[in-house]
Parts: sequence; C-alpha cells; structure tokens
Amino acid sequence: MSLIKELDYGTPIRLSEDEVTLTIDGVGVSVPAGTSVMAAAMSMGTKIPKLCATDMLEPFGSCRMCLVEIEGRRGTPASCTTPAENGMIVRTQSDKLARLRKGVMELYISDHPLDCLTCSANGDCELQDMAGVVGLRDVRYGKEVANHFETDSPLALPVDTSNPYFQYDPAKCIVCNRCVRACEEVQGTFALTIEGRGFDSRVSAAGVSFLDSDCVSCGACVQACPTATLMEKTVVEHGQPEHSTVTTCAYCGVGCSFKAEMQGDKVVRMVPYKGGQANEGHSCVKGRFAWGYATHKDRITKPMIRETITDPWREVSWEEAINRAASEFKRIQNDYGREAVGAITS
Amino acid sequence: MKLVRAGFGNNNVDTCARVCHSPTGYGLSKTFGTSAGTQDFKSVAKTDVIMIIGANPTDGHPVFASRMKKRLRAGAKLIVIDPRRIDMVKSPHVAASHHLALRPGTNVAVLNAMAHVIVTEGLIDESFVRERCDLVDFEMWARAIAEERNSPEAMEPYTGVAAQDLREAARLYATGGAAAIYYGLGVTEHSQGSTTVMAMANLAMATGNIGRDGVGVNPLRGQNNVQGSCDMGSFPHEFSGYRHVSDDSTRQMFESLWNRPLSNEQGLRIPNMIDEAIGGGFKGLYVQGEDIAQSDPDTQHITAGLRAMECVVIQDIFLNETAKYAHVFLPGSSFLEKDGTFTNAERRISRVRKVMEPLSGKSEWQATIDLSNALGYPMSYSHPSEIMDEIARLTPTFAGVSYEKIEQLGSVQWPCNDKAPTGTPIMHVDRFVRGLGKFMMTEYVPTEEKTGARFPLILTTGRILSQYNVGAQTRRTENSVWHDEDVLEIHPFDAENRGVKTGDLVALQSRTGEISLRAEVSERMQPGVVYTTFHHAKTGANVITTDFSDWATNCPEYKVTAVQVRRTNQYSDWQERNAREDIELRRIAPRFATAAE
Amino acid sequence: MADGATRLFIPRDMAALALGADGVVAAVERETAKRGLALDIVRTGSRGLLWVEPMVEVETPHGRIAYGPVSARDVADLLDADMLNGGAHSLRLGRPEDIPFLAKQQRLTFARCGVIDPFSLEDYRAHGGMAGLERAAAMDAAAIIDEVKASGLRGRGGAGFPTWIKWDTVRKADADRKYIVCNADEGDSGTFADRLLTEGDPFTLIEGMTIAGLATGASKGFIYSRSEYPQAFEALQRALAVARRRGVLGASAAGSGKPFEIEARLGAGAYICGEETSLLESLEGKRALVRAKPPIPAIKGLFGKPTLVNNVLSFAAIPWIMANGGKAYADFGMGRSLGTLPVQLAGNVKRGGLIELAFGATLRAVVEEFGGGTLSGRPVRAVQVGGPLGAYFPERMLDIPLDYEAFAAAKGLLGHGGVVVFDDSVDLAKQARFAFEFCAVESCGKCTPCRIGATRGVETMDKVIAGVQTERNLNLVRDLCEIMTDGSLCAMGGLTPVPVMSAITHFPEDFSKGSRLSVAAE
Repeated sequence: MSLIKELDYGTPIRLSEDEVTLTIDGVGVSVPAGTSVMAAAMSMGTKIPKLCATDMLEPFGSCRMCLVEIEGRRGTPASCTTPAENGMIVRTQSDKLARLRKGVMELYISDHPLDCLTCSANGDCELQDMAGVVGLRDVRYGKEVANHFETDSPLALPVDTSNPYFQYDPAKCIVCNRCVRACEEVQGTFALTIEGRGFDSRVSAAGVSFLDSDCVSCGACVQACPTATLMEKTVVEHGQPEHSTVTTCAYCGVGCSFKAEMQGDKVVRMVPYKGGQANEGHSCVKGRFAWGYATHKDRITKPMIRETITDPWREVSWEEAINRAASEFKRIQNDYGREAVGAITS
Repeated sequence: MKLVRAGFGNNNVDTCARVCHSPTGYGLSKTFGTSAGTQDFKSVAKTDVIMIIGANPTDGHPVFASRMKKRLRAGAKLIVIDPRRIDMVKSPHVAASHHLALRPGTNVAVLNAMAHVIVTEGLIDESFVRERCDLVDFEMWARAIAEERNSPEAMEPYTGVAAQDLREAARLYATGGAAAIYYGLGVTEHSQGSTTVMAMANLAMATGNIGRDGVGVNPLRGQNNVQGSCDMGSFPHEFSGYRHVSDDSTRQMFESLWNRPLSNEQGLRIPNMIDEAIGGGFKGLYVQGEDIAQSDPDTQHITAGLRAMECVVIQDIFLNETAKYAHVFLPGSSFLEKDGTFTNAERRISRVRKVMEPLSGKSEWQATIDLSNALGYPMSYSHPSEIMDEIARLTPTFAGVSYEKIEQLGSVQWPCNDKAPTGTPIMHVDRFVRGLGKFMMTEYVPTEEKTGARFPLILTTGRILSQYNVGAQTRRTENSVWHDEDVLEIHPFDAENRGVKTGDLVALQSRTGEISLRAEVSERMQPGVVYTTFHHAKTGANVITTDFSDWATNCPEYKVTAVQVRRTNQYSDWQERNAREDIELRRIAPRFATAAE
Repeated sequence: MADGATRLFIPRDMAALALGADGVVAAVERETAKRGLALDIVRTGSRGLLWVEPMVEVETPHGRIAYGPVSARDVADLLDADMLNGGAHSLRLGRPEDIPFLAKQQRLTFARCGVIDPFSLEDYRAHGGMAGLERAAAMDAAAIIDEVKASGLRGRGGAGFPTWIKWDTVRKADADRKYIVCNADEGDSGTFADRLLTEGDPFTLIEGMTIAGLATGASKGFIYSRSEYPQAFEALQRALAVARRRGVLGASAAGSGKPFEIEARLGAGAYICGEETSLLESLEGKRALVRAKPPIPAIKGLFGKPTLVNNVLSFAAIPWIMANGGKAYADFGMGRSLGTLPVQLAGNVKRGGLIELAFGATLRAVVEEFGGGTLSGRPVRAVQVGGPLGAYFPERMLDIPLDYEAFAAAKGLLGHGGVVVFDDSVDLAKQARFAFEFCAVESCGKCTPCRIGATRGVETMDKVIAGVQTERNLNLVRDLCEIMTDGSLCAMGGLTPVPVMSAITHFPEDFSKGSRLSVAAE
C-alpha cells in the first residue's frame, strides 16, 4: 500500500464540446476549449512549475512560476491564466524561463525559514518541490533583510493554534491566496482574507483568531495550502502519513469520499478525495476532522451481558453474548409468539 | 432485514429513516414511482432557481451547501421556505430572493398556495403535463388547488407568509428557468410530512421541473447510509428495492433463494414496537447502531417501552442512551473498521473500506451472521461483496451493482441494471418510473399539536454544523469547542416577555415533559417560535417532543411541539433522574484481570 | 447677477485654492463692496499655468485680461489700478491666449478648461460642448467607433493601446449589461491633468463617457476618482447632477433614445487602483488586487460584464473628435502617435503646468521653451517622463520627440504625460532606490516579483549606496529587474525597473561607491 497522490492539473477541468489543438514543447495535444495551457500540458504529462495554481480553484496568476513562452505573444504569460488556443505553440522550458523561475524562487526563499528538516510539511511541501525543480542553489539577498520568520522580526506573527484541528503559522506563508480562494470558491464562507499590502501581506481570519472567526473548519484551506502554513495538528504531532485508502464518510447523507491517510493502523488525517463524485474533493468539519471518536476511550470493544438493567454489565466472549441474544429471542418467540421480537437498524 | 425476515420469521424490522425520511419514500413513490431523490448533486450546477424547504444545508449538509452557494454566486436565484432565518437566507455573496418564514406545521398550506398561483396564473407547463402525467389526476388536482381557499391570501392567516411574497416566489419557481427543490426534515417530520412531499412533487410536475439536469425534487438525507438502509428493505412493509412484502412473486423469489418461508404481513414500525412493548406483547429488540432513547420523540414513552422488554440487544460502538435499558451489548465497528457500501442522498453507492481491524475483533456483518446462525438460520458469506452479489440477484434496481463495478467507476447511482449499466444520475428522464406522473391531492390539515394559553410557543428542532445527530461521535471529538450544550433560540420579543436573556437557564415544557437549557436570544427566530438541537443526551430535547406523527408513515412530528418557556434556576426532574441513571444503568463490572492490577 | 456687472473669473481649482484663491475672492468681495462696484464673480477651473495661480481674469470689451499670481493682499492695489477695465499692473499678464505658454499649445481637450463655468451647461455649449454627443446620438454605434478609429486615439492612461479596439470589443461582446468605467485615479507623481479637467470642465468627461456608452451599448458608467481629490469629486457630483437634470444622462441620454447613467465613486488612495483590473476589484467593493488577464475587462470586467475602461484624458478627447471628425484630430501628431498629449510639467522648473501639445514636439521644447529651465537656475541633469514608473532621461537625450514609439525605443514611456525635471543636485542611485520603495509601498502584494522583489530592491540598493559589494549587488539589482519586468503580473512591478535601469544606464557614475560616498553618508 502506498500514499494515493492525486494528479493536480493546476486549473479546473473544463468541459466543452469544442476541442482546441496546440503544440507544447513540440508535441501536439488536443484539449476541451477553455482548458488552460497549464492543464493542457499536464494532460500530456508535462508538469509546469506552479505554486498558486491548483485544480480545485480558478486560476489566480500570482506566483509567476508557471510562465511560458508562446510564439507570437509578447513576454512570458502565465500558463495557468492563459487559455489554450488552436495553433498555439508553447514552450515550457527555455534559458529565459529557467532564469525567471529561479529568480522568483530566490525571492520566495529569501522570506522563508530554512527549517525543512523539522518542518511538518517535510516531504509534502510544494515550495520544497519547486525549489528542487528550478534548481535554486543560492539566495543572494543575504541575511538581515525584512522577513516574517525570525522571531525578532517586526513582521513576525505568532502561530495561531486556536482551532482544535489545525494551526496557522504565518512564518511559512507564501501568500499564494490558495486558502483564501478555497474559503471563497470551494466552501463559500469568505472567512479568510489577506491583511496588509505588498510585502506585509499575510493571510488572516479577518483580524481575529481562526476559532473566533467565521471559519467553519471545513478544512478546504488546509488542503489547499502548499506549505506547512495551514497544517493538521495530527500531522504536526505524528508526521506525514505513509499509506492511504479511499473510503466514505460515516456522517451525513452527502456521502463524501475521503482518503484515510495512515501510519500503520493509525489514522493521521482524513483528506477529501477529489475523485469522490459526491463531494469532488470538498469536506466539512465532521468528516474532515471529527473522526477521533473511532478510537475514543469510551469505545466498548468487548461483548457484554447482564440479567437486568440495574445489574452491572459483565464482559463475556462473543460466543456467549450471541448465544444469549439468540436464546432469549427464541425463548421470547416461544413464550409470546413470533411477532414479539423485532429489529431496528440505522 | 434478512436476519429478521428469515431469522425471526417476521417483518418487524424498521430503520431510523422512520424518524426522518420515511415520508420521502412514501410521497415520491406515490407520485413518481420511486422512493428517492431525482437528481445527482452535480445537477445543482445547472439550476436557475433553488428552492430550499425545511432544510439547513450549511449546517446539516455542508459540503452540498457549498455546491449550492457556488451556483448561487454564479447567479441562480434562491427561495427559502423555513421558519428560521437559516444561514442560506443571507451569507456572504448569497442572498435569498424570497424567504418565506412560515409558521411551523404549515408546509402544505404554503406549497398548496404556490400551486394555486401556478394553476390560476397560467404558469403550468402544459406540454410536460400532457405528455408525462396522468391527466385525470391532474385535472382533479388542478380544480381543487384552484379553489379560493388554497390561495396565498386565504392561507396567509395560517402560514404567516405574506401573500404577495408567496406569489412572487411561486412565479419565480415556475418561470425562472430550471428549478430544483431541496428539502430536509423540516418537510418530513410533520403530521403532514408525506403530504408535503407529494405537494412538492406536484409542483415539480406542474412546472415541468423533473427529468433533466438542474431540476428535480431532492431530499437531503440525514445519514450516510439511510438511503441505503431504505433501499435494502429495512422497512417493515418492504423488501429491498421497495417491493411490498405482500407481493407474492417477489416474496417467492426471496423464499426460494433464502430457503425459508417469509411472512406476507407488514411488520411493526418503531412506534408500534414501543406501544406493543408497553402493552406487553412485544418483548425482544435488536438495535443496530441506533439510539432511539435519545433520538426518538417522547423519550419517556420510549424508555418505558424499553424497560418493558425482556431482551434488548444493542450493537453499537458506545454505551449509548438506549444501552442503559439493554441486556446484551455487542460491540460495533466504526466506519474505519468496516468493509461495505454507503448509499447517499443521490442514490450513489460508494465503498467503505476497512483501514484498521475491528477493535472488537469481529466485523459487524460477521456478528450478524453469527447471530443468525445461533437463531438457527445459517448464513454463509465470506466477504461483504458476496452480500452485494446477493442483493443484485434479488433486487432489479441493483442488478448491475457489484464491488467490481464500484471499484471501476468510483461509485454507482442506482438504478443500475441492464438498462442503465453505469447507473442513473438523473431519474424520470423520459418517463416516470411508475409510468405517468401522478398528481396527488394534498389537502392542508392543521396539526393537532396546538398552541394555547398553557403552551403558547412552537418548538422546532434541528442540528448545527459541528455536531451530528445524537452526538455520539461528535461529542467525543474536539468539535465540542463550538457546541458544548444544546441551547434554546428564542426571538427577542418572546424573550423580553419572559425576562429571558442570552445565557439564562430556562425551563422548556410541553405536555409530554420538561427540560432546562440555556437560552440564546436570536433574531433568526420569528416571534412565537423557539428552536433547539438534540445533540446532547443530557439536554433531553426529545423529552419534550410528542408522539404525533405523519399520517402515512408515522414519521414523528419533531418539528412542531407546543411549549412554554420560563426562567428557572434548576434542571428538570427528568434531567436529574437521567443524570443518576447515566451512572446507575451504565456500570460495568470490573474485569478480574484489570481488577487485580 | 447684476446686469452689466463686470465679470471676473477666479479659479476654484485645487492648485489655485492651495495658493489662496478663496482669499482673493473674499478680498475682491470686500473691496468692491467698499467701493460700491457691481461684480459678477465666476469660479472657473484652471487654465493650467500653475506658476501664475491664482490667475484672475476680467472680461473687458477687448476680451479677457489675466492677472497673476494674485494674492488677497494685491486686490486693493489691482482695483486701484483699474483692473476691472484691464488696467496696467505689474501682475498684468495680458490676454491669456497671447501668453506664450498658452499660445504655443494646441488645446483641443483642454480648450474650455479655465475658460468656462464648470457647472454651466450653457457656457459649455457656448464653447462648443455637446456638439460631439449630439452628433453621436444620431449615429449608429459602429459609425461612432469608425470615427474614433479614424482619429488614431490611443489610451492616454499610459499604455497607448488603440482606443477604438477596446470600444469595438465591448460593442461586439454579447451581454445583458455592459459598463463604462473612467479611470480617474490619477496617482502618478507630477501629474494633474485628470484633476484639472474634472474640476475645470467635467461636462467634457461626461460627454465623452456618454458617447462611449452609445458606441458600446453600455447603460451605466462609473467614474473612479480618488480621495485625495475632494474638489474634483465634488465637481463631478455637481456636474453629474446638472447632466441628469438636463437630460444629458438618463433614460434617453441626450435624446438618443438609449439609457445612460454615470455614478462617481471614490477610491481610498491606493496607487494600484490606477491599474484597471485592480480598479474594477475596488469598484466591486473588494480588496484592490490585480486580476490576471485574460480575460480582458472588455470581455469580462466589472461584475463579470464587458467593461470599457479608459482614462479621463481618453474620454475627454472624444467630444472634440466627434464634433470635428476623427480625421481632423489625426491631422495633429506624428507616426502612430496622433492627436494631442496633455503634458504635465512639474519638478524643478520655472513654469510648471499643463501643456497640451501635438505629438512630435520634443521633450526639450517642453522643458526649456515652456518650462524655462530649472527653478533653481542650475543645469538640468535628469528628466523623468511618465510618472514614478517612467525613465530618467539625461539632458543629452532631451531631443526625443513626444511619441509612443520613440519613447519605447529609448526604454522609456510617455505614460500619462507627467514630466518631472531635476537639476544637477539629484542622486540617481537614490532615485533608483525610491523607485523600488514606491513599488514596495504601493504593491498590491499579489504577485511575487512585485510583492517581495520591490522590498528586496530597496534593501539591495541600500547596499549599493552604502558601497557594500557594489558590483555584486548591482548585478543582483539587474537580475531582479529582469524578473520584475518579465515576471510581474501588472505594470506596477513590470515597470518599476524602468526608472531603475534608466538611472543605472544613463547615470552609472551615481552607482559606483567612490563618487557618491559623501552623499550616501549624509
């Protein structure tokens, strides 16, 4: 068993009767009209670097990692916000693009703590992945520059642990807006915003703690976060899961699909499954986070019987409990008739 | 159901759907011919007018609510019919065009008045009705509904809904493009629950809003597998696939496969079982994953029934309220320990997969087999997939369902058979399952639960986002941060009259009982109506609710109880006694091994 | 108004007010009352001769005679000198149209500004106003756009995009609602043309937008003004009220049979709101974040509907074009830069103000002939054109013609027509640092190159100025400039490197440690 990694096309899947055909890195590809250049590339297996794009959200175009060159177009458009067009000739790699991506990454890392080894997202961090992809080796802006992560920095903010299930660490925020957009587009609650402007920009639950905010703890922001900024407390505590299984939530009648992400037989987190047709990758506070009851200390795991309801319960074997139930039901039917027993299911 | 029908040899099996969506099954099968919602969830993305009746999606079905809100932000219009100002009425970038804040218990009156507007203002989709519906029934219905006594103006004194607003809402539903109805327990849990379901079905047929993307009549079902449970014949009168026990050919098919003679008499419903128990004729009950002592109405009546039984067997993961009155406890498995399927509100069958071994050492399905064997009716399955195969053999609408197919497609929406090999996202596309759509007469009959001098307020109940039903699960998580007790929402006007402020302990009294809980003064409410949740056993909200129920299905009338509210400084007698019994009736004898430690 | 009373014109424009125009009015009223003189004071906008504001004009049989700069203290003296009959005085400037600064201009857009009562529709008509709209009201939409096309008008907000293409895109877009949005969020340092026009001749803007509404099928317009311009906003409100009352706006705008309404809105002082998509976000009541394009606003703009966004000066050019024909407008200018450009001259200059010139005039003419050189009297060292994101040109490059293509070739931009003059005391390294700082302060924070890059630019320039590893850090600045130029989402981050790189290229001596150590140490 391994961890199920779902493909991320970067921008939402578009459905259209019309197809457009374009060339990406010399290879022809046809996609439904309205598909972004990024998703078109992904459909043929080419992963254009990205940070602010994810296919649960409309394209935003802020990270500038996904720039490409398009023949006949000025400059280097972002592939997430550029729709594929017939006859388009796209290059996803060039010296210029490599320089730009590395330069942008250098800017990101100049305001990011270098604590990857002890970071809760270690091994599951898109920023880390992208730094690797662009081959960043050196951050030339030096120390003693404005930042959000050194504890004595005037811009540093404390970790918000108010929500019982996840935490918000502003030091690791790359201001991709994915959480804000997830709260708006996926959940529709509009609890999050970006506070401040320019370099000061940072995610905020509208100025109060997450617990005191309008947040409904659906987890969409945590799922959208590409770094350790918004992270499940269970992952902070236990580390990354190593395998997962797709299953269905046991709460309401929506029947959301989840990946139960596990370490051995221990659930580390439940992550909504994009392939789930009922929920298409979304969740609510119950299915996403409120599964701890399954191993709660109140669980009764041994069969028990008693003569009267005022007696204390007595733990017995399965066999004894089932035999008791069966013999009692048979006795009752014998004494009071066939209709004197029944069953109620959930 | 197999355990009961073959093992017990009777049809005394019922499900929690009795207390939630049994009227859905009844109402939709009478009109359309099938007992389930008509659409898939995705359909809402094509809807132009969403009409929510007696449901609170942002709290009860939050993931689907997000889909709705997405569509509403993209321009669809919204009509909310609910006594409370639920979040959908006004939330960021979503606002209802019409909120018909009706008096609890007048759903039928409101829907009839809407139908009246549609009939009398010529908004009927005539070609749809002519092609798809039984015209004789239609004519009869239309004539009756057009009578002046059904007009919004005539109904206004009962419903409290301004006639003009209702007229505009009706016009919007009829002419605003693809219109879809989504409803919840605020429809079903009434004495006229089934009538309301049929009234909605009538509206949809009259306006041609059925059988394609973006329309339909859709219950937002309460539990993961409540649809599945109903599908599988967990009702006393039906085999799987909603076939009546008196239907000889069906019964004979089951009899030959199960190798047992089966009863052709409809079995007992939950309330009948309890009544019979109190009367002395019903003595043994097997309760699987259900907590009727908390969730079912008139708690004191239920517990009296349970106390009168000689053997109550509980299968659950916790020692729940009902287990206080039980004699045998069989430890259940959480969803993480189960293999099987859940069928959701859109008839979608999805796999539940075991991610950890059952803590009890035995799967629930295995325990059921063992019990059946012990009862003298041997069952032998080696995996839940074999159970699904048997279901497919016995149930035409499931004929094409198998674990393999679910694995392949991710999930399957029934009906799934030769005619629809990959399932059916939208029903009644070319014809209704029953052939022609049948308009049903839906006369408004006020509930017998009446307010008066003693009980001047109406109590209605519901749930909130962070907690789930009886709270057995969510109360044992950190979700309690958001909701650690049930509170009584009350309008400022009613609160002021009683000197009640937010945070005050108040006594809530109905003719069946009394409880105390904290008040929250809220303008969500309309004057005269109070509201609470039933997530916390210690509150005992169902001590208050009555045994009135839907005329057709006995679904309890949770949503309308005449009550009085007053300030108090103590918990009620029931709550005090219940707190004592919580300890007395839950004692577990120390194990010898642990006792020695 | 007293019959036969002398008419005196005193500006109520913000610059004139700042220089004491209201005090002058009070003094005039006091003094004339004392002398028993009947006077009719008309409050006008400014003609844009800012160094002589408050400029007071008196109507005489020989035309208007201007005096300026007039202070309240001068009033008694002026009246004694028979100002009301155009009498001689040291402040007498003569007929305004004869003042060389004005005489040498080609005033089309600003022809009425400072001349008329901004809120008198009669005055407006008497000076040629409404002719364009009345003509347009009788034309079909495509014909209006053909006229705009013939004029060669390009966006005066800075981008220089052919105006007619935008109009035509919105016209052809199929939608139940379309919008016209006027970008009046004039934030470039050293620019004031939008303000002069909205305060001095708001009907021109209203007329231009209404014509745009007829041409595109939009029925609603918004003017996005700024909180720093309370006077302009009030002027707009007053003029809009008049326009509504007189049927210029309304269910049948100017008798066209088509509805058009305009609403003025106030921004909260963010430079980024001058960027069109960010302006739309702000108009929608959201945080002013730049939107990624496509979709362009002409297809999906305000509230997701096709939206024409033009600058004040673009809309204000339209009435003249419609009244006189596109061809007549295109007769001004050179190459692909046709018509006139309202240049705004400021900074260290003797005569600052608004200079509307046909394209093709040189930058030197603006600075020397109109501006008269520096105010300090020291040599001109650098001229920044196009606002804070424009290039710094050295004195030797001043012969460049005002022409979009010529400026682009010189790695600069005309922008919104702001020209700021510096003498030889300027330190271009500090100006380069300022460019980054401006960007850091005004960045919306959406895209990474601008959000982080601008701050890193300031820090790295500080190192350059301090002489820390100068060459290495200067290279880093160059790399950063490439990333900001090619990687930024909008012009804010994308153009910040223009002043930086022009300073480094044309003034390398300011960036080497030795020569400027003393300055850095200040």
